[in-house]
Amino acid sequence: MALFAEGEKVVNHKKNKIHPHKFTMWIGIGSIVMMFAGLTSAYIVKRQQPGWLGFEIPSAFWYSTGMILGSSLTMQLALKAFRERNLRNYRNMLSVTVLLGIGFIIFQLFGFSTIWKTGVTFNGSGAGQFLYVIAGLHLLHVIGGIIALIAMNIRAFNRQVRNYNVTPVEVVATYWHFVDFLWIYLFIFFIIMR
Amino acid sequence: MSNDVSLHGHSEVAASHNAHHEEHGVHHHKEAFITKYVFSQDHKMICKQFIITGMIWAILGGLMSVLFRLQLGYPDTSFPILEDIFGKWAQGGKIKPEFYYALVTMHGTVLVFFVLTGGLSGTFANFLIPLQVGARDMASPFLNMLSYWFFFMASVVILSSLFVQTGPASGGWTVYPPLSALGDASQGSKAGIDLWITGMALFVVSSLLGGLNYITTILNMRTKGMSMTRLPLTIWAILFTAILGVLSFPVLLSGLILLLFDRHAGTSFYLSDIFISSTQKALPNEGGSAILFQHLFWFLGHPEVYIIILPAMGLVSEVLSVNSRKPVFGYMAMVGSLFAITILAFLVWAHHMFITGLNPFLGSVFVLLTLLIAVPSAIKVFNWLTTLWKGNIRFTPAMLFAIGFVSLFISGGLTGIFLGNSTLDIALHDTYFVVAHFHIVMGVSAFFGMFAGVYHWFPKMYGRYLNNTMGYIHFWVTLIGAYLIFWPMHYEGLAGMPRRYMDYSGWVSFRQFGDLNRFISTVAMVVFAVQLMFVFNFFYSIFKGRRVTNQNPWGAATMEWTTPIRPGHGNWPGEIPEVHRWAYDYAKDGREFIPQTEPVSGNESKH
Repeated sequence: MALFAEGEKVVNHKKNKIHPHKFTMWIGIGSIVMMFAGLTSAYIVKRQQPGWLGFEIPSAFWYSTGMILGSSLTMQLALKAFRERNLRNYRNMLSVTVLLGIGFIIFQLFGFSTIWKTGVTFNGSGAGQFLYVIAGLHLLHVIGGIIALIAMNIRAFNRQVRNYNVTPVEVVATYWHFVDFLWIYLFIFFIIMR
Repeated sequence: MSNDVSLHGHSEVAASHNAHHEEHGVHHHKEAFITKYVFSQDHKMICKQFIITGMIWAILGGLMSVLFRLQLGYPDTSFPILEDIFGKWAQGGKIKPEFYYALVTMHGTVLVFFVLTGGLSGTFANFLIPLQVGARDMASPFLNMLSYWFFFMASVVILSSLFVQTGPASGGWTVYPPLSALGDASQGSKAGIDLWITGMALFVVSSLLGGLNYITTILNMRTKGMSMTRLPLTIWAILFTAILGVLSFPVLLSGLILLLFDRHAGTSFYLSDIFISSTQKALPNEGGSAILFQHLFWFLGHPEVYIIILPAMGLVSEVLSVNSRKPVFGYMAMVGSLFAITILAFLVWAHHMFITGLNPFLGSVFVLLTLLIAVPSAIKVFNWLTTLWKGNIRFTPAMLFAIGFVSLFISGGLTGIFLGNSTLDIALHDTYFVVAHFHIVMGVSAFFGMFAGVYHWFPKMYGRYLNNTMGYIHFWVTLIGAYLIFWPMHYEGLAGMPRRYMDYSGWVSFRQFGDLNRFISTVAMVVFAVQLMFVFNFFYSIFKGRRVTNQNPWGAATMEWTTPIRPGHGNWPGEIPEVHRWAYDYAKDGREFIPQTEPVSGNESKH
């Protein structure tokens, strides 16, 4: 790491500042929040229109919620292991996180098909159509997170390169916790507002 | 390894880069053509990519306006050449109604988004942020490169929509449903609108990636001593612009996603109780709300006009101060008014919707909030005028364009007060008064801000000057032309002449404006020709312009002029200079200007 010794000296006075990449992630989260705020406010406005129909929350959503909550926990454990440079634990926890994330996607899709079978399809106007769009977009964000996690997994299992830079791990962990919180918010929103 | 490794603006993408910048900050090795000019991560090259793409778009968008001005000025004449070029869209040498609508729609889309948002912010944010805050590059040069390439892809998609058989989107740049949601309702609502939505989605991604980078770089990567209150106003303006973009573009995206579902999945977010006359069919959609789209659209749409005008304000503040050889008047008031405009931008969107059936009580709240924008705008105008007051003014082309900006911003801003009143808006809505208002206040003024910026920073971008004579001709023709084009439109609008009609000769009340329309069209063509002269000047000067021999040709205090005349990737050879003072120490203690990098001496007077 002698390569960076000079750089560290130059930027020493910035020690207390947040890393730019983490900061970028936070602003990115802000913009994703605005997107979902737009959608959920559209939902609230449109709820006043005639012909609004609700839907039953399928049990699959409870399982998927459990899974994404669990994945946040394992992500945190992975981060902790990485900080302690316990790479084996880090790899394991990261893999569990990926699996739980994939489980979340599967159960979400189960949930969608359960609702679809009750007759709530795209043809119509009400909470169901919003659910497909909003939860579907959330799913895309989760898939994005999983791709990042898989990329980090590949890096973690590569034994040629040892990398102890914690920033990328922290950035991905922040994003992962965010999609978790976002789902919790959306889930509660749908339970209350449906 | 600590977190600080890549604080110099070079992400992990290029660790070797990092090392060599720490040593010298200049190039040792020859870069390959593709990494230097195409997939470049140097903010200065990305700036050039943005400005040249933006110029191509500006020419296309301007050409569209020339075509529909031809129709408006000469509704009875046929131009066989149009049929040679556009085929069935101009059969018999006359522009067809579908083509006319496609032209105005794409003119608006291209100029609002691709020129004045992508072209303006993309160019000057990329160029000025690292140079003026003292950073080697953006926080993430890689995301910055992606931002340009998403812009490029968006451009390709929108450009391709011009060539599909059913034509591009043609329901206005606001793409209101139900027209935009139903392919049966209009030619332009077939493939054209799908491409429009795709292109805009890519554009939103581009502007988010850019915006994230701009904010992060400004807040985290300033050089030592560059506190926020020492930032030049350009950077403040770009910061607020980026915040507006990051918070409002995603909402547009959500609105467009719902529109896409209505178009293709059979949902009814915006559609309700519709009968289409062309197919003689009633649609099954129920319970949708077309007004919902307008809310989502204008929640972006209104901040969007500030996304366009704020960077221009920043550029103008800087150019005015440098060329008046005086500190900018009321620096903190300038920052405060930018902030106030940013906040108010989010609270006024419904003034575009006064006649949609909006609750009048809600309307009155939006009137109040809209009129409040006059306060920060007036503060800014006052401060620009007082910056000029008793200045030692140098009338460079950049300075002329900056003064022209102030003039246009006043003229266009005043009519905003008319339109912001919901009662007056009932009469003025959708008339030429609106067209005149927004073209002057956000179209032409933003262009003037951009021109001021281009003339001022061209020497830093390319190491050569733009030709001055062509610059002066460009300025005077454009300024006079802009007023001659848009001033008469106010009268047409007050007389009730509606916008978006392609031929007014059928109405007795509007037929009287035939000569006036012809006059406007003629001036528009002259002004367009002069813009082509500017484009020629730009490209000619890149290769043949007078060389810059002075590191600081305008005698400006800001940091970009402390770099070499042709800075490499990394901007400063050796260490980045430290900043000791604000950006506007002009005419102080008998000195013309004091660079920001010069330490404060003991016997210096206070400001």
